[in-house]
Amino acid sequence: MVPMPQDPATYAATATPPRVARKIKGLSDRAIAWIFVGPTIFLLLAINIFPLIWTIRLSFTNFKANRNREVEWIGTRNYERILTDSDIWLNMQATAHFLFWTIFFQVLIGFTLAYLINKKFKGNDLWTTIIVLPMMLSPAVVGNFWKFLYQPQIGLFNYIVAFFTGKDPSSFEMLGSVQLAPWSIVIVDTWMWTPFVMLICLAGLRSIPDYIYEAAEVDRASKLRQFFTITIPMVLPFLMLAVLFRGIENFKMFDLVVQLTGGGPGSTTELTSINLKREAFEKWRTGYASAYAIILFVTVFGLASIYVKALNKVKER
Amino acid sequence: MSSFSVTEPTKRTKWFAGTMVIVYALITMLPLAWIMMTGFKSPADAISYPPKVVFEPTLEGYVNLFTTRTRQTDEFLAANPPETWYEEIVREYDMVIAGPSKFGERFLNSVIIGFGSTFLSIVLGTLAAYAFSRFKIPLADDLLFFILSTRMMPPIAVAIPIFLMYRQLGLSDTHLGMILLYTAVNISLAVWLLKGFIDEIPREYEEAALIDGYTRFQAFYKVVLPQAATGIASTAIFCLIFAWNEYAFAVLLTSGTAQTAPPFIPTIIGVGGLDWPAVAAGATIFLLPVMIFTILLRKHLLRGITFGAVRK
Repeated sequence: MVPMPQDPATYAATATPPRVARKIKGLSDRAIAWIFVGPTIFLLLAINIFPLIWTIRLSFTNFKANRNREVEWIGTRNYERILTDSDIWLNMQATAHFLFWTIFFQVLIGFTLAYLINKKFKGNDLWTTIIVLPMMLSPAVVGNFWKFLYQPQIGLFNYIVAFFTGKDPSSFEMLGSVQLAPWSIVIVDTWMWTPFVMLICLAGLRSIPDYIYEAAEVDRASKLRQFFTITIPMVLPFLMLAVLFRGIENFKMFDLVVQLTGGGPGSTTELTSINLKREAFEKWRTGYASAYAIILFVTVFGLASIYVKALNKVKER
Repeated sequence: MSSFSVTEPTKRTKWFAGTMVIVYALITMLPLAWIMMTGFKSPADAISYPPKVVFEPTLEGYVNLFTTRTRQTDEFLAANPPETWYEEIVREYDMVIAGPSKFGERFLNSVIIGFGSTFLSIVLGTLAAYAFSRFKIPLADDLLFFILSTRMMPPIAVAIPIFLMYRQLGLSDTHLGMILLYTAVNISLAVWLLKGFIDEIPREYEEAALIDGYTRFQAFYKVVLPQAATGIASTAIFCLIFAWNEYAFAVLLTSGTAQTAPPFIPTIIGVGGLDWPAVAAGATIFLLPVMIFTILLRKHLLRGITFGAVRK
C-alpha cells in the first residue's frame, strides 16, 4: 500500500480526533471508501477490463464470430500479418493525414479566435457561446448533414465555393473524389472541434496575470516581443493539453467520417477505426481484428504517455 | 482600478477583434441554420439549384419524419377526403398516411438510454468521487488514472468483446445493455469531474457535522451533496450529451428494439435518397436539446470537456 502524499495540514484536518471517533456510529471510513468506490471499479472491470483481456486472448486465435468452428491458437500470426500488411499502412497514413491537418487548423484557428475574444469586446460571451455549439452535437448526425452540404449540384458548400471561385458547382465532388475526400473530412472536423481548442486557449490566455504585461511595458518590450515571450509560452501548456485531447479523440475517429464518406472513395478516408470495424463486423475476422484493436490501443496509449511526459516538462518550466 | 491600463485593448483593437469573431460565428452557424431551414422546405425546394434561401415553408419534412406513407388509387383518395392538416400535406402526392414511423420510438430509446445511463453514472460517480476526494485510498492516483485510461480505447476495439459478451448474456439490442455500456464509458468523466467539484467543498463542513454527531453517510448526504449540486447537475448534462450523441456502440450493438436516434437518422433518407427535409427535420429535433443544454452549461463547459483538467 502506498500512502497518498499529503501535507501535514490536510492530514491534521482529516485525522478524526479520538473523542469524535467514538461518536461516529456505523462503518469505518475505510469500509465506506470501498463501498463507494467498489461499484465503479466493478463496472469498469466488467465492461472495460474483462473485454480488454478477452480481446487480448482472441488476438492469438483465428476465431470468427459468425461461425461455429473450432478455434485454433495461432500465436502471433495475426500481429505479424497486420504489421506487414501494406493496406493497413495506407489506413495509418490516412489517419496520420487526418490527425495532422485537423490539429494544425484547429490550433491555428482556435488560438486566433481565443486571442481575439480575449480582447474583451462587448458581447464576447454571447458570441463565444454561439461558436461553441458545433462541438456538442452528435458527430454522426453532423456527418450526415454535411453530406447534404457537400452534394455536388445542390449542396450549399459547393455552391458557396463555386460562387467565390467561379467554378461550376457540379464540377467537383468533395466526397467522391480521391483528392478532395481526405480534405472534406478535415474541413468538417475543423468546423466541429475548433471551438474546443479555442475554449482551452482562452482559459490559458485568461490565466496570464496583467502585471506581467505591465512589467514588460515598463521594460519597453514591443507588443510583438510580449506576444512571443509572454503570451505564447504561458498558453503553451494549455494548447498542448488541447492537442492531446484532440489527438486521442481523432485517433479513435469513427462516427463522423463513417457518415460522411464511409471510408471512401476507395479507401482514401478509411481511418484505422473504420478499417477495424470492417474487419471485425463485416468480414468477421474476429481474431485478426482483436489483434488490430490491441495494436491501436497500445499505439494511442504509448503516444499519449510520451506526450504527457513532454507536457509535464513544459509545465515545469 | 485605474482609468488607464496597458493591458486594456484600445477601442480600435476591440472593434476589429469583435468583427472578426462575429464573422467567424456567422460562418460557423451557416451549416446549422441551413439544416434547420431545410427541415421546413419541400423536397423539391431542398434540392433546387441555386440553393433557395427564400422559400415557402411547409411542415412536410416533419410529417414525413413521423409517418410512413403509401400511394393510393384516385378512387380511394376521392372517397376518403383528408381529415387533418397532415393528411392534407401528404395528399398532394396522392398518398395516405399508413402509420407512425420509427422515429418516435428511436427518439424515445435515446431518452431512456440517455437518462438511464446518466442517472447510473452520477450515482456511482458521486460515490466514487467522494471517496477519492475524502478518504485515503491505496493507489488512489493509479486507480484514477486507470479510470481515465478506459476512455482512450477506440470504441470499436471495445465493441468486439462486448458484442460477444452481450450475445452470450442476451444483452444485445436491449436498453439495459446500452445503459450499462454508456455508464461504463461515462463513469470516467463523472468521477473526474465530480472529484474536482467535491475537492472544492471545504472539509470543515463535514468535520463540523461529524462532531455534531452525524455519521459519515449523513454528512455525505446532508452536507456534501447539497453543496455539490451545481457540479452534479453539470456533470449530469455532460453524461447525458455523451450518451445522446454516441454512435459507434449504438450502430454495432443495436439494430431494433434499443436502437437510438443517431444510427437511425441517416436511414430516414430512404430509397432514392431524396427526402432531405425529413432528415433535416430529424436532425433539428435531435440536436436542439443539446444546443439548449450547451447554453445552460456554458459556465462549466471548459471543465466538462477537459475532464476537469482546466477549471478557469
